[in-house]
Amino acid sequence: MVPLSWYLMFAAALFSIGLFGVLVRRNAVAILLGVELMLNAVNINLVAFWRYGDVTAMAGQVFAVIVFAVAAAEVAVGLALVISVYRRRNTVIADELDMLKW
Amino acid sequence: MTAQQIIFMIVAAYTLGSALMVVTTRNLVHAALWLVSTLFGVAVAYALLNANFIAVVQVVVYIGAIAILFIFAVMLTRKDMRDSGPQMNRNWWAGAIVAVLVFAGLAFLLSGWSGFQNTAAELPAEFDAISLLGEALTSPQAFVLPFEVASVLLLAALVGAVYVAFNPTKK
Amino acid sequence: MSFWNDPLKVAADWLEGVFTGWGMDAVLSHVLVAFLGVFLLIALLMVLDIFLVWIERKVVARFQDRIGPNRLGPFGLIQPFADIIKLIIKEDTTPSGADKVVYNLAPILSMMSVLILWAVVPLAPVVLGVDLNVGALFLIAAGAIGTLSIIMAGWSSNNKFAMIGGFRQVAVMVSFEIPMLTMLMIPTIYAGSMNMNAIIGAQDVWFFILSPLGALIFLIAAIAELGRAPFDLAEGESELVSGFNIEYSGMKFGMFYAGELLHAFTFGGFWAILFFGGYRFFGLEQVSPFLAILILIIKAMLGYWVIMWVKYTMMRIRIDQMLGFNWKFLTPLAFALLLVTALMNALLADAPTWLYALGMFLANVVTGWIALEIARSATRKEREQVEGIKTPVEAHH
Repeated sequence: MVPLSWYLMFAAALFSIGLFGVLVRRNAVAILLGVELMLNAVNINLVAFWRYGDVTAMAGQVFAVIVFAVAAAEVAVGLALVISVYRRRNTVIADELDMLKW
Repeated sequence: MTAQQIIFMIVAAYTLGSALMVVTTRNLVHAALWLVSTLFGVAVAYALLNANFIAVVQVVVYIGAIAILFIFAVMLTRKDMRDSGPQMNRNWWAGAIVAVLVFAGLAFLLSGWSGFQNTAAELPAEFDAISLLGEALTSPQAFVLPFEVASVLLLAALVGAVYVAFNPTKK
Repeated sequence: MSFWNDPLKVAADWLEGVFTGWGMDAVLSHVLVAFLGVFLLIALLMVLDIFLVWIERKVVARFQDRIGPNRLGPFGLIQPFADIIKLIIKEDTTPSGADKVVYNLAPILSMMSVLILWAVVPLAPVVLGVDLNVGALFLIAAGAIGTLSIIMAGWSSNNKFAMIGGFRQVAVMVSFEIPMLTMLMIPTIYAGSMNMNAIIGAQDVWFFILSPLGALIFLIAAIAELGRAPFDLAEGESELVSGFNIEYSGMKFGMFYAGELLHAFTFGGFWAILFFGGYRFFGLEQVSPFLAILILIIKAMLGYWVIMWVKYTMMRIRIDQMLGFNWKFLTPLAFALLLVTALMNALLADAPTWLYALGMFLANVVTGWIALEIARSATRKEREQVEGIKTPVEAHH
C-alpha cells in the first residue's frame, strides 16, 4: 500500500513546478498553465486526504469538485482577458503590459 | 515494493516529467499538449485513490474543456506560428530557487505532521462513493450552499468571459 | 457455471490455470490474462471495423439507388480488404513544416478515443470490460480525447484548410457535448445510477418510450460529435477539400476513416444501451450471454443504420446555423427537458409503472411541442424581418 506521504510529496513537487512556471514564464498564457498545475496539486492533496481519512465523509471530494468549477471559471475569464489584452496591445508578454507602472 | 507502489512511482514520474515540460518547452502549443499529458497523469492518480468520479470529471473538465481552451488561446494570440525571443525571464534562476525553497518548506512542514505516514484503510464492501458525493452536494446539512455558490460563480465567469473577450469594433 | 453461461470468466480461469501451471506468478498471470482480453476485444472490433466499411458502402449505395461494391467476392465482401491493401501500400507522407510527433500521434489518439469506449460497453450482463460506476460520464471523457486528436491533426498539418477544419470540428464538439451530457443524465435519473449494467437493468420499459425527446436530442448530439452529415463541417469537401485530415495519406488517413466508422457504430450501440434496453429483448438475454451479445449487436447496427440514414439524406448546414441551433435551441431544450424529467420523477415516484411511463411520455411530448412552438414563432419573426413585411427601425443601423 502506498503511504499518504508519497501522495503529499508528489503534490508538493507538482505545486513547486507550477510555481516555477508562474514565476519565470513571460507569456501570459504560459503563466496560466502554471496556475493550472498548482490547482491540480491542491486537488491531489484533497482527494488523498479523503481516501486516507474517513471515506464516508465526502468533504475532500466535494472540495475537489468545487476546485474544478473554480479552475474552469478562472481559465475562462483569464484567457478572455489575455485575448482582450492581445487585441488592444498586440502582445501577451507579461513584462510588456506595464501601462499601470508609471 | 508492491505492485501498487510501482504503479504509483511510474505515474508520479510521468506526471512530474510532463509538468516540467509544460514550464520549460519553448513552443506554447507543445506546452499545452504537455499540460494535457500532466492532467491525464493526475487523473490516473485519482483513479489509484479510488476516486472514479473525480478521475473521469478531471478528463472531461480539464482535458475536454480547459486544455482545449488553452490551445485555442495560444493560437489566437500569436501573429505567426513561430516562437520568437526568450520564453523565460532574465532572472529565471531566482524563480527556480524560490520553487525549490517552497518544495523544501512544504516537505519540512508535512514531515513534522503526525499523520504523515498514514496508510489507507480498505474500502468497505459495497461502498458507493458517487451516491455519497451526490448526497453531500445536495444535502442542506452538507455542502449545498458552496455548490450553489460555485454554480453562480460559473455563470458569472461565463457572462464575464463573453463580455471581456467580445470585440465591439466588429459589427 | 459453464462456458455457455459465463464464457469470459470460464475462459479467464482456464487461461490463468494454464499460466500458473507453467510456474508463473499468480498476479502476473492475472495481469497477462487481462491484457489478452483487451487484445481480443480490440482485434474483434478491428475485424468488425473492416466489415463496417463494406456495410457503409452497401447502404449508401442503396440510398443513392446504386448497387455498391459487387465485384470482389460474394456481394463484394472482399472489397474492404482490397481497400486496406491499397491504403497500406500508399506512400506514407509527412508534409514539410508539419510538427512530426503531434502529426503522427493524432490518428492514433483518434482511433484510441473510439476503442477506449468499448471498455464500458456491456455486451452481455457478464461480458464487459469494467463495471464502472461512472460509465455514462466515461462516454464524454473519451469524446474529450477525440476532440484533442482533431485539434492536434488540424494544427500540426501546417495547412490552412486543416486548421479551419480542426477549429470548426472542435467548436462543434465542445458545444454539442453540453446537450449530450445533459441527455446522459436522463437515463441516469430513470435508473438511479450511471452504471451501464444498471441502466440496462432498469429498462423494463425502454427509456425511448419514457423519453423519446431525450433519445432524439442524444442522437442529434451524437451525430454532431461524430462529425457526420448534416454536421460534417470539419470535412466540408466543397469548401475545405477534406478538412482536418487533408494532409494525411495512406494508413494514417485510414485510421481517421476507420475510427469514424467505428465511432458511428459505437454511438449506435450507446443509443441502444441508453434508450433501447441494450442486450435485453423479452428475456432472451437470460438464455445465454452469446444471445445477449447478438441482440446488442443487432440493436447497435439498427442505431448505426439510423445514423447512416440521416447522413445520406440530409445536406450540410452552415457553421453559424449549426452553432446557433445548438446554443439557441438544443441546449436550452435539453436543460428544460432535464428539469421536467427530474420534476416528474419526483412527482411520480410512487406511481405504478404504467402511470409513470405515461406521465413521462406526455411530459416529453409537451416539452417538445412547446419548444417547437417557440422556435416557430422566433423563425417567423426573423423571416418577417428579412422579407421586410414589418421591418423594425432598429434593425438597420
